[in-house]
Amino acid sequence: MENVKANVMLDAKGLACPMPIVKTKKTMNGLEAGQVLEVQATDKGSKADLKVWAESTGHQYLGTLEEGDVLKHYLRKSSSDETIDRKHPNVIDNDELERKLETEDNIIVLDVRENAEYAFNHIPNSISIPLGELEIRFDEINKEAEIYVVCRTGSRSDLAAQKLTEKGFTKVTNVVPGMSQWSGKTTTIVK
Amino acid sequence: MTVKAMTSKEVTKKVFNKEELFIFDVRNESDFQDWKIEGENFEYFNIPYFELLDGVEEIIDKIPSDKEVLVVCAKEGSSIMVAEMLSDAGLKVSYLQGGMKAWSEHLEPVKVGELRDGGEMYQFVRVGKGCLSYMVVSNNEAAIIDATRMTDIYLEFADRIGAKITHVFDTHLHADHISGGRTIAEKTGATYWLPPKDATEVTFAYQPLEDGNDVENGHVKINIHALYSPGHTIGSTSFIVDEKFLLSGDILFIDSIGRPDLAGLAQDWVGDLRESLYKRYRELSEDLTVLPAHFMIIDELNEDGSVAEKLGTLFAKNHGLNIEDGNEFRKMVTENLPPQPNAYQEIRETNMGKMNPDLEKQREMEIGPNRCAVR
Repeated sequence: MENVKANVMLDAKGLACPMPIVKTKKTMNGLEAGQVLEVQATDKGSKADLKVWAESTGHQYLGTLEEGDVLKHYLRKSSSDETIDRKHPNVIDNDELERKLETEDNIIVLDVRENAEYAFNHIPNSISIPLGELEIRFDEINKEAEIYVVCRTGSRSDLAAQKLTEKGFTKVTNVVPGMSQWSGKTTTIVK
Repeated sequence: MTVKAMTSKEVTKKVFNKEELFIFDVRNESDFQDWKIEGENFEYFNIPYFELLDGVEEIIDKIPSDKEVLVVCAKEGSSIMVAEMLSDAGLKVSYLQGGMKAWSEHLEPVKVGELRDGGEMYQFVRVGKGCLSYMVVSNNEAAIIDATRMTDIYLEFADRIGAKITHVFDTHLHADHISGGRTIAEKTGATYWLPPKDATEVTFAYQPLEDGNDVENGHVKINIHALYSPGHTIGSTSFIVDEKFLLSGDILFIDSIGRPDLAGLAQDWVGDLRESLYKRYRELSEDLTVLPAHFMIIDELNEDGSVAEKLGTLFAKNHGLNIEDGNEFRKMVTENLPPQPNAYQEIRETNMGKMNPDLEKQREMEIGPNRCAVR
C-alpha cells in the first residue's frame, strides 16, 4: 500500500472518546482551508464518529486506513472551492467524460486533488498531480494528449486547466462537477 | 464540577420498577437508532457529543430540570464531559458508569421459581441486550444454561449461595452473543453439554446432548430432560426442568418465535421450526413455565423483571404459535426478517472455538440488540 500524504499528523493513539475528536477539532482550527489532516487513533469508535463529525462541520472525511491496532483517519479541511468563478472555456460534464472513457483510448484524466483525496477514491488510470504541485510537475504530462482535468467540484481543476493552457497545452478540458458527483467507475489504493 | 455516576444495576432497577428517567444519549445518531437503553417510562434525547464540543447552550432547554437525567455514551468518557457541562450550567445530571459497554454486560439475577425439592430456578437477565440465561440450583449443585461470556457473575453467584456448578448447557450454537459455557466448564470442572448437530465444527471436547437425555442435578434428582426442537438451528434443544419449566432456547419467546435464517438455511429449517412449535410443544403440558433465551422488547418483562409465561398462555396469545396456514407461516419466518445480529458469523465461529478474539473485540462483536426473533 502506498503512503497517503497529509499536511499535518495528529497523534491521538491511546486516547479514549471524546479526546480524539476534541483534539481533531482543535488541530483542524489551525489548518489552512483545503489541507489534509491525518488522525492516528486506537479508539475503534473514532471512525464512525469522526466521519459524522466531519460531515456535520463541512470538512471532508476522506477515509481510514487500518494498520494493526492503529486507525489512520484522513480529513480535509473545508474550503471555499465551490464559490470560485470558473474561467477555463472548455468544459464537459461527468456523464460525457464517462462516455469518452468507454469509447476512446488516448485521453488522459488528470486528477488535481490532494494525494489523500485521490488515494481513497479516483477514476481508474487517472494521473494524480495535486494543484499545488502542478507548477513544477506539468512536464510529466504529454502536451499533445487530450487532457481532462478533474477535482472534487470543478474549481481546482479550473485553475489547473488555466495553468496548463498558460504552459502551452492546447487540448485541456475541465470536468464539472467532478468527483463529488462521479457515478462512473472508481478505484482506491486502500484494500 | 464532579458529576454522579449511575450504575447499570441502578438503571436496571428503574427498568424493572417502570420508573421515569430522561436519557440524554450522546452517541452518534446511527448507534442510538440501532440500540439504546429501553425502559417503559424512559424519555430520550440524542445529540452526539461531538456537536457539543463548544458548549451545551444550544440544547440546554431540551434537558428537563424537574426529571432525573442520565447522560449516556459508548464507554462513559464523552458522557462525563457532557454531564460536567450540564452540571456547570446548573443542571443536576448523572452519567452511565461504563457507558453502553457496561450496560450490555450487566446481568441481573432474578429468582423465577422453586423446584419441588426446595431448589431454585434463577434467571439472569441481560437487560441491555435481551439475553436470558439460567441457573438451576438443587441441594448445593448448580446447572447453568445458555451462559453469557460474563462468567465471573455466575461463578460468584454460585459461590455466594454455596452451590457447586456441575453441569453447563447451551441450548444451541448462539449467533447473537458469545457463550460462556465452555469457560465455566473449564473453570469448575463441570460437564459442558452441546447439541451435536450444532457442534459439528467445534474445536473442543463436549458432551453430546441428545433427545431424551436426562441429566440429574443435585441429590434429589432434579430432572433436566432434553427435548430436540430444531428450527432456529438444526441442533436447537429445549429442556424441561423438574417437569415444571420449559427452557425454550431461541425457539419460542414470550411475544415472538425464533428465526430460522442465521446459519443461512432459512428455507430448510422452516419445516423443523413449525414441527417443533406446532407439534412437539403441543404435546407438552400447558402448565409448564416457558423460560426463553431472549426477550426482544421491554414489554416482555414481568413485574419483577423476570421473563416467563405459562406455555398455555403463549399458545393462546403468541401470534407465532397461531398461524394455521403452513405457507403463511413460511412467509412470516422467511420474509421481512429483521436485520441480522451484529457480527453474527464471527460470533458463531467464536462459539465453535474457531476464533479467539480478545475481550475488546468480543465486546465490539456483541454491540447491539440480539435480533433472534420474528414477530
